[in-house]
Amino acid sequence: MAAEIRNTIRFLLNHEFVELSDVSPVQTLLDFLRLDRRLRGTKEGCAEGDCGACTVLVGHLADGQLKYETVNACIRFVGSLDGCHVVTVEALAAPGGPLHPVQQAMVDTHASQCGFCTPGFVMSLYGLWMENPRPTVEAIERALQGNLCRCTGYAPIIRAAEVVSTIGEVGKDPLVAEREAIGRKLQALKDGKRVVVGEGGERSVLPASVDDLAAVYEAEPDARLVAGATDVGLWVTKFMRDIAPVIHLGHLDELRRISVDAAGVTLGAGVSYTEAYPAIVEHFPQLAELWNRIGGEQVRNMGTVGGNIANGSPIGDTPPPLIALGASVTLRKGGNRRSLPLENFFIDYGKQDRQPGEFVESVRIPFLAANARFAVYKITKRLDEDISAVCGAFRIDLDVGGRVADVVIAYGGMAGTPKRATHAEAALKGRAWDEVSIEAAAAAMATDYTPLTDWRASAAYRLLVAQNLLRRFHLETTGTETVRLDRKVGMAV
Amino acid sequence: MNVMQPIDRIRGGVHEKERHESGHKHVTGSAEYIDDMPEPAGTLHAYLGLSQRAHAEIVSIDFSEASSSPGVVGILTAEDIPGENDISPVHRHDDPVFAAGKVEFHGQPIFAVVAGTREAARRAAARVKVEYRDLPHAIDVLEAAEADYPLVFDPLKLERGDIETGFAKARNVIEGEMRIGGQDHFYLEGQIALAIPGEDDEIVVHSSTQHPSETQHMVGQVLGVAAHAVTVNVRRMGGGFGGKETQANLFAAVAAIAAKKYGRAVKIRPDRDDDMTATGKRHDFHVGYRIGFDDEGRIEAIDATYSARCGFSADLSGPVTDRALFHADNCYFFPHVRLRSKPLKTNTVSNTAFRGFGGPQGMVGGERMIEEIGYALGKDPLEIRKANFYGDEGRNLTPYHQRVEDNIIGRIVEELETSADYAARRKAVLAFNRDSRIVKRGITLTPVKFGISFTKTEYNQAGALVHVYADGSIQLNHGGTEMGQGLYTKVAQVVADAFQVDLDRIRVTATSTSKVPNTSATAASSGSDLNGMAAADAARQIKARLIRFAAECYGVAESDVVFEPNVVRVGAERMAFSAFIKAAYGARVQLSAAGFYKTPKIHWDRAEGRGRPFFYYAYGASCSEVSVDTLTGEYQVDRTDILHDVGRSLNPAIDIGQVEGGFVQGMGWLTTEELWWDDKGRLRTHAPSTYKIPLASDRPRIFNVKLAEWSVNREETIGRSKAVGEPPLMLAISVLEAISMAAASVADYRICPRIDAPATPERVLMAIERLRAAARKE
Repeated sequence: MAAEIRNTIRFLLNHEFVELSDVSPVQTLLDFLRLDRRLRGTKEGCAEGDCGACTVLVGHLADGQLKYETVNACIRFVGSLDGCHVVTVEALAAPGGPLHPVQQAMVDTHASQCGFCTPGFVMSLYGLWMENPRPTVEAIERALQGNLCRCTGYAPIIRAAEVVSTIGEVGKDPLVAEREAIGRKLQALKDGKRVVVGEGGERSVLPASVDDLAAVYEAEPDARLVAGATDVGLWVTKFMRDIAPVIHLGHLDELRRISVDAAGVTLGAGVSYTEAYPAIVEHFPQLAELWNRIGGEQVRNMGTVGGNIANGSPIGDTPPPLIALGASVTLRKGGNRRSLPLENFFIDYGKQDRQPGEFVESVRIPFLAANARFAVYKITKRLDEDISAVCGAFRIDLDVGGRVADVVIAYGGMAGTPKRATHAEAALKGRAWDEVSIEAAAAAMATDYTPLTDWRASAAYRLLVAQNLLRRFHLETTGTETVRLDRKVGMAV
Repeated sequence: MNVMQPIDRIRGGVHEKERHESGHKHVTGSAEYIDDMPEPAGTLHAYLGLSQRAHAEIVSIDFSEASSSPGVVGILTAEDIPGENDISPVHRHDDPVFAAGKVEFHGQPIFAVVAGTREAARRAAARVKVEYRDLPHAIDVLEAAEADYPLVFDPLKLERGDIETGFAKARNVIEGEMRIGGQDHFYLEGQIALAIPGEDDEIVVHSSTQHPSETQHMVGQVLGVAAHAVTVNVRRMGGGFGGKETQANLFAAVAAIAAKKYGRAVKIRPDRDDDMTATGKRHDFHVGYRIGFDDEGRIEAIDATYSARCGFSADLSGPVTDRALFHADNCYFFPHVRLRSKPLKTNTVSNTAFRGFGGPQGMVGGERMIEEIGYALGKDPLEIRKANFYGDEGRNLTPYHQRVEDNIIGRIVEELETSADYAARRKAVLAFNRDSRIVKRGITLTPVKFGISFTKTEYNQAGALVHVYADGSIQLNHGGTEMGQGLYTKVAQVVADAFQVDLDRIRVTATSTSKVPNTSATAASSGSDLNGMAAADAARQIKARLIRFAAECYGVAESDVVFEPNVVRVGAERMAFSAFIKAAYGARVQLSAAGFYKTPKIHWDRAEGRGRPFFYYAYGASCSEVSVDTLTGEYQVDRTDILHDVGRSLNPAIDIGQVEGGFVQGMGWLTTEELWWDDKGRLRTHAPSTYKIPLASDRPRIFNVKLAEWSVNREETIGRSKAVGEPPLMLAISVLEAISMAAASVADYRICPRIDAPATPERVLMAIERLRAAARKE
């Protein structure tokens, strides 16, 4: 049964209702704000979702609950905003009126110098404060991973975040106090229709449901699927690629389901990193650090695990650990589904096992066996908000004799796809989990990979670090020696 | 006359912790940057087309597809330039707006598409097809030297004493080399200009420039019109750091050419990637050194050559490489010294000013030499530092023959050693490293001495314009530009202080070449020194007239007319400032003045390598402790303590911000910020996704920053303050050396790790591997 169709995008922008019938598939929220609406408090710093100067809040209903999250307006497509509430810095204080507590805190602590990044920081801190009015330094740093400041050195911005709650109460904030009313307005916008705006090739489509998505995509397999747009956004802003027609997925609640059963966790392909985080931390605590180092907060709010996989990048953050965990993906085309081990999905650089009209519907991550040990390490030039030079994931099962019964070692950044170190695994299998076996495996690893030299790392460093990460894993699983940097140094308890 | 109750002091005078004058506008997003200004009706947008080759002849260009693209109004090339196709800031005629016939770096502008929207112009620019005939290229500085590439500027030699005597006397001699990477400014607001054509040959350009007067002259030069026809305005920049000292001129020039050609306002704003590809950066250096020293670590002789990757043109590479040499000595006396610069041409973007202007590279090289001595003698490098500090007569002459007369580094270092508990923590680090196999620590305390003044003497002048309106409000304008450093706030505080009125009575207006002419770049940390003095001079003139008026009008002695907080006391009576001004206006007193200042005492003879290029020095020191993971080369800064000298601070809140921000920016330069070119000469780290400046989580886990509150500038500067913009950047050298110490621990501190900058995790791990191999061989 074909869905009913609506030909407009409808959303709230600050205090205003917006309905657009003429939206280019490549129209970004940032350009819409600055050029169409002349709301120029939101700045363009990089147009690739890295600097955070364009940070705005986007509120959406997730299973009836209204949640506000920071996003990068520069790579968020307007077409994806149907049913959302966009909040920009202009909404925080009336011209000439009192400053919002977050803004006042920033002024009081001398947290702006040139001021260009400042509205973005204000929005990130606002998003944090609403959810966590008295944040730890760690939480503040996490909330600011996607915001670059070149002037202050950040210290006064951290201080600002610490004092906001001495200036104002969260409960009195309009977005908190009026959340129910705003939620009702957004609920009223949900009419269950398929949204199609634009003509011919220049269309944006928001399917009404996952079944509708399957139908639409099967009929139009050349369309571009867009979930978080954290990569596709750059195809537009950096490479000026034409991506239309576009099928947006981010609004589909059904794709954002997380289910946990006795054997594992299943993530819908549209689950964002942020949404997945609680389940990940609960069931795979070894993934928590990596998860917190994927992009910045804005990117984690937008980007999806499904997108990270479907995109097929050799340096995606989630495939190596998911392969090590034995995850599988479910693909769907029309009414047909098939599942395959994740590692088999990646065929070659730029090539995945995905048929025309077929999309990633969910990812299944089985729980670790009771005696299994698992770790993932991400190596980057800068600690946070950086792309892996190498990402290594390791899982071993030891038998009662302390021998390696099963082992999976998978790396990103070492080949054209996320790839297992089969020779190193073979060198370990059946052997004692000791230094001798590790050194044999490290030596074998040189035959597993011929990594590239590029701006992130040289081939020599990549291989050496890959070998050393195996050594680190061994040390961490066998001893009590400190083998990692202590991020808690100096942190107030 | 009204009798007023006197108040203690005004709000916002000098030495107060005053908020940034635009702080409330920054946080609301209402601070207007050029891209936020309402565009005049019919505004067009220009977009640059950049070379896709590092060095090549242009065989042909096919504009047909671009010309017929939707919205395109026209395309500009070198032939459309009515005046000169040159914007060399040092008048070398080597810096074309648009390359003609030949390109000399990947990313060099060849043309600009002008269209109704920026999007249309950008898309059309990508459709232009350029056919090249490749020529051999040299990207790296050593490669260029090998290929006999020319120098872009006359090299400098600083020489004192006789190095052969020095080396003959030295019981120890070490030779070595170091590479120091460049740095992108990464101002958050990219380059931008909006040009609005006027009558006759007039034009107004809003430019995100640190140097409006130069932008004015360059626009005049490319248009072939006199300076009086060109007005350049800038209210604020979203960061500059030196990257908009000369690099803004290209964008202003293109916007101006297009505006005059089409008779419409034209805006130009490159995408971040194009900005980073097409504009200059901090110079990378190669330093070759030879050090002679005695067994105590006292330096006998230094011979060093600083070669810089200057890019395809001179730009400011001459003075930048000069300043590198001026800071190779940092705080240390070199009895016999020879320092030489080699500003080499390369097929890369022309490098330019960046906070410190070559000084940081000079100092990093100098501190490497100290480190070498420390490891060679098995001593704490801090001991070596202290043994070589400038001292009294006989040990106070710099390699450029300026006497160091205001030396306070001894006290600064001593106080920081105590407050940071250096000695005990160093012991603890050494003990930690004995027990910890994988994680190693390092701790280092490094000093900074930075020379203040433009080395080009004529730049050390400034003007200001102060209007007191009949209602008692005051408008201030000066030649300095606001890029976040708080200059407008500080100079307003100076004027508030002069008139003894609350700060909110003063309004600072956009810097404009039509208000204050012939200004210098806001650079070299000189902004408040120069413009503060010029504004004080303007205020002094107006006050003198007011005092004369009051003395005459009310029949009191001039000494009995006193500006007290928000009131003026005339004899025994006090009147509100505004009432007093109203009276003065009624008596036809001129209430406006142009102030002027030129820095005294300085002179410099470049050919001889002698003089007093600096009015005074600013000092500071930092102590950093780091942890390094020896399996991966990853590291973090666990703690940094800083004690920094700003003389008597004009605004301690702003100065602390400059120190913290400068330190973190310097740390980025020396750690994670890596410029990486491929073999085709393409810069591949040209956006924040690939070029990694520090994040909040990179700042030291513990960060204690203090100003040396006891310091007073010996020289008569504004409020006895000192410049603060650049010096703190070099405090970050302690991080580089602390990482180095942690690495050195794997070979028992017997080998200098010689980690090049930036010390990326890769460089750190590779150094550790090298050290381990060397230790095994022994």
